[in-house]
Amino acid sequence: MQQRRMESSMQRHRILIVEDSPTMRQLLVFALKRIPNIEIVEARDGIDGLRKVTSDHFDLILVDINMPVMDGLKLIHLIRDEESLAAVPIVVITTEGAETDRARALALGADEYLTKPVQAGRVLAVAKALLKVP
Amino acid sequence: MSQREGELFERASEFLAMFRRGAEFTRELVEENARLRRTLLELETRQSDAAQNPKAWEKLREELVERIHGLESERQDVLERMGSLEQENRSFAERFLQVEEENNNLANLYVASFQLHSTLDLQEVLRVVVEIIINLIGAEVLCVYALDERTNQLEPVAAEGRERGSFGAVSLGSGVLGSAVARREIHCRETVAGTEPDAPLVCIPLCVGDKVIGAIALFSLLVQKDRFTALDHELFTLLGGHAATSILAAQLHGQSERKLNTMQGLIGLLTQK
Repeated sequence: MQQRRMESSMQRHRILIVEDSPTMRQLLVFALKRIPNIEIVEARDGIDGLRKVTSDHFDLILVDINMPVMDGLKLIHLIRDEESLAAVPIVVITTEGAETDRARALALGADEYLTKPVQAGRVLAVAKALLKVP
Repeated sequence: MSQREGELFERASEFLAMFRRGAEFTRELVEENARLRRTLLELETRQSDAAQNPKAWEKLREELVERIHGLESERQDVLERMGSLEQENRSFAERFLQVEEENNNLANLYVASFQLHSTLDLQEVLRVVVEIIINLIGAEVLCVYALDERTNQLEPVAAEGRERGSFGAVSLGSGVLGSAVARREIHCRETVAGTEPDAPLVCIPLCVGDKVIGAIALFSLLVQKDRFTALDHELFTLLGGHAATSILAAQLHGQSERKLNTMQGLIGLLTQK
């Protein structure tokens, strides 16, 4: 158990943040940098996110809903359609707090749904849980 | 007495002596047996007495009670120590949560401050201000105003949630926003529910020193946001100072660039002649 935990904490994790707001991206990077052996890649919109997620391996994807070019829901749909990406955990971080929006995102395949304003500690806790980092 | 009678008499005497020694030995054995029986009886009595002796029992009981008290006291000490450790543990957990919250708050303030001073382009600064209010505070409808010093009016320069044109100019000193800006004080409504769409929940004067350069007004919050936190108030204060400095710096930078262009154009014309 202890060894598995150590292995999990030593393993390198790659996270993709798909968010159009530089402020939010910086806050998310700030929060997630506390995970040991982490590598964070940023994407500015859905298209940029799709290009990065299909060309590289990621252990976790954080997605905003309201973005230019391609929104987060469309991106989640495309990611879940791709067999090789079907198991990658997706966390939605959005201003859309209505229950219907949450249900829609979860139905499309999102694993967690966080609403803004979100605390850095909450993002960190959710990311750690999905990455199985102690 | 004949020789034969003499031999018989001698043998009878020997037999008698032997018999007497046997009798003596038997008597000694009987006496020894009786003595041993008495000793055994005496020992049994003493043992029984010792077992039933109230003093001995009392002494033993006292010893046991003392031992129990000792153990009880030891147990109490252990329980107290455990209680103290649990209390300490709770204090550490509470402290940890406080530090975590402070850390989270500082992260927000750091990011807000960093982003506000990351550009000298006025439109970029205004975009950052709006982003901070939406993402870090959770406002749905807001407007950023700039003070027109000629008319003493707050003119909308950036908005979110509604068209910028739908926010009218506000005279300094009039209404909730104008009064808050004239007083250079942040206005924040206690309750966020049941507010009128045009009545601002929060008014943040944008000041550089004593100079007012504009204001931010928050009219409604995101559906999931039902109250303001301590961090929100910190962000209001931060925006009041840092957003003002950034906007003023960007305005001055824009003006100086325009002046520089004009000067360069003028110099170009003069040197062409």
